[in-house]
Amino acid sequence: MTNEQQPTKEPTNESPMAADGVKIETFQLTASPHLRQPESVSHIMMWVVIALLPSLAAGVVFFGPQALLLTVVSVLAAIVTEWAIVKFLKKSAAIGDFSAVVTGVLVAFNVSSTLPWWMAAIGSAFAIGVAKMTFGGLGANFINPALAGRAFLMAAYPSAMTRFSPTTFGSLSGIDGISSATPLAQFKAAMADGSFQALDFQDALSNLFLGNVGGCLGETSALALLAGGILLLYKRIIPLRIPLVYIGTVFLLSWIFNGTGAHFTSSAIIIPFYHILAGGLFLGAFFMATDMVTSPITPAGKIVFAAGCGVLTFLIRKFGGYPEGVSYSILLMNLFVPLIERSTRPKMYGKVKNRD
Amino acid sequence: MPRRYTFNGGVHPPHSKSRTERLPIEVFPAPKKVIIPLSQHIGAPAKPVVKRGDRVLVGQVLGEPGGFVSSPVHSSVSGSVLSIGPYAHPMGRQIVSIEIENDEKNETIAFTASIKAWRDAAPQELVQQIQAAGVVGMGGAGFPTHVKLSPPSNKPIDILIINGAECEPFLTADHLLMLERTGDFIEGVLILKKILNAKKCFIGIEENKPDAVKKITSLLNDARLREIRLCTLIAKYPQGGEKQLIRAITGREVPSGGLPMDIGCVVQNVGTTVAVFDAVNRGIPLYERVVTVTGPAVGSPKNLLVRIGTPINFLLEACSFNQKSVRKIIMGGPMMGLALSDVNVPVIKTTSGLLAVDTTTPALRTYPCINCGHCIRACPINLVPSRIAKYIEKENYQAAEEWNVMDCMECGSCAYICPAKINLVHWMKLGKYHVQASRAAAAARK
Repeated sequence: MTNEQQPTKEPTNESPMAADGVKIETFQLTASPHLRQPESVSHIMMWVVIALLPSLAAGVVFFGPQALLLTVVSVLAAIVTEWAIVKFLKKSAAIGDFSAVVTGVLVAFNVSSTLPWWMAAIGSAFAIGVAKMTFGGLGANFINPALAGRAFLMAAYPSAMTRFSPTTFGSLSGIDGISSATPLAQFKAAMADGSFQALDFQDALSNLFLGNVGGCLGETSALALLAGGILLLYKRIIPLRIPLVYIGTVFLLSWIFNGTGAHFTSSAIIIPFYHILAGGLFLGAFFMATDMVTSPITPAGKIVFAAGCGVLTFLIRKFGGYPEGVSYSILLMNLFVPLIERSTRPKMYGKVKNRD
Repeated sequence: MPRRYTFNGGVHPPHSKSRTERLPIEVFPAPKKVIIPLSQHIGAPAKPVVKRGDRVLVGQVLGEPGGFVSSPVHSSVSGSVLSIGPYAHPMGRQIVSIEIENDEKNETIAFTASIKAWRDAAPQELVQQIQAAGVVGMGGAGFPTHVKLSPPSNKPIDILIINGAECEPFLTADHLLMLERTGDFIEGVLILKKILNAKKCFIGIEENKPDAVKKITSLLNDARLREIRLCTLIAKYPQGGEKQLIRAITGREVPSGGLPMDIGCVVQNVGTTVAVFDAVNRGIPLYERVVTVTGPAVGSPKNLLVRIGTPINFLLEACSFNQKSVRKIIMGGPMMGLALSDVNVPVIKTTSGLLAVDTTTPALRTYPCINCGHCIRACPINLVPSRIAKYIEKENYQAAEEWNVMDCMECGSCAYICPAKINLVHWMKLGKYHVQASRAAAAARK
């Protein structure tokens, strides 16, 4: 009773045609299921944009209207680039899926508020044009486009990319009286010259949590990022395991190897908290390591991927030349995704030994 | 709170059962003409034993089984055989069928129940009676019931599971059968249990049918029925999938490529169980069944007791379906049912429902796969549907086979949940077709 007719390759909405070209029936014939849930890729991308709004608001509060301007420019550049490439290649338009908007916002979130607007536009155009569309557009890129855009800008305009301004409330490092470096740079310098004062850094934690510190315009407010992240978790758009494992790994490693030689002193306990709140870890863990296209699809693979991001972030921060390591570690782990997916294939029903 | 049983994965489509779940089963009058396909089951088609012009009675054998894995078919009306030949079948092909004109006399053959009460009969006699009555799995697959009830001696059955999940949205046929023929249903369970000599017996019902759960629970309070246990299942699709139901209730998993009997289980559907009761206790062959006729394009949905062979346009008209707005007609439920091209196809033994819908699927815009992994979470077999579909799209059937496309049961959970609206089940079917073809070719070479 099985259907022995060969299924056609392309699914079709057309009714079958009789030999003489006359429509033999008017009913639609498709493979099951005949029910689909209403949420689409567009909805997912739209929710990601919504989840990024609290952080945009925090960026505007702490860095002024310049933050909004950069974001708008970056989004426009992303949309225009995608539109132009789609037109040029005569592909069906795909702007309606909001994914270019997500990339545009994330590029802006990954630059300093002092960056000239045209640089942000170039970064965004690179993200879409090179990192995404070259490989086939939505779903086909192998590295996170926004992070590729950031990496491009870091290479092309290193000084502009690392020139940070204090927040509108005058804070840069989050530590009173120090206004010369971002929190992670300040931490790295203090650890290097032995001037690390646990109390200063402890007091800075609340500034870090709220976002009243220097840095890229979307990365500073852990609170706003957390709010967006919780929204995405609630909507089941991102899996908890990626941010949890990523942040957890950084926390654990920076506690174990905290550099003070002890583990239960107040310094040793403050350092890991400082590490997870400073820099772009929350932005990376909730919004970029969770990028569906460039993270493993398998449940176990997500854990491996996130742990890898955490280890690399820690290594770059601890031993690398940069104070920050989130963007490069995610980019590096993006390259391992095919390998991770292949080696973390889920255990199929029926392959398990029975107990009785 | 009693334990709620379930499986891993699955999806939660809207139940859409409210329009028919309280409507009693109505007897649908036998139509002027019935078309009885000789193949309404898995296995060899039946061989016709009547010829054109013969007068046949209700319940008379029209086709003898064409092998062990096969099943006889019976007439559902009295009248004369108009023709024997290929006829449109719900499965999409032309199948040799027997067309009978109803003489409206409704004369039946003499139904003979077993000589002695089933409790005294040997299991083998009961199986023969079930086979003679043409009972097949009425949940959708149509696997001949007597085959399921004859496990080889090296595969003892210790657990019998009765599938009352009815997890497909819209369908309420089994639900109503459990409510209206509760006593017969339970007796059918006892007959099956005796045949299999099963130690344990479970009836699985989704918790969205509290009235059926309550009614059966009160009946099972009888001390003599202590060995039958009712399991309330979480309402989740595909809870009524054979493998999922076994996993939910027993924790066992059917080995890949194997059958439930490999792990000592037999699963029977509610409709089948009642048909077993009818066959054994009353000698009535399977010539009618309950069909839920519903869907957005149906004005007055109903649960109907329908003669096998009734062309479905009779049913649709009786339920005042909207001919103008109907876009798709589905036999079965919306998740696994088959879209029909022709309203002249007959109701067969596996027709649990008939849906007329006024929207087209997938008319929605499709997107490229964004690797979201929803399909993996939804897959009750734990496959990676998106990846398999990509392999098949690239015609890499070998890789699709390595990633276990053949274990896909086409439940549709992945395609239901997919935000990119990819027709994943379509790709799976295509891939399975090609893998099967290449396996057959390899076997032929040997």
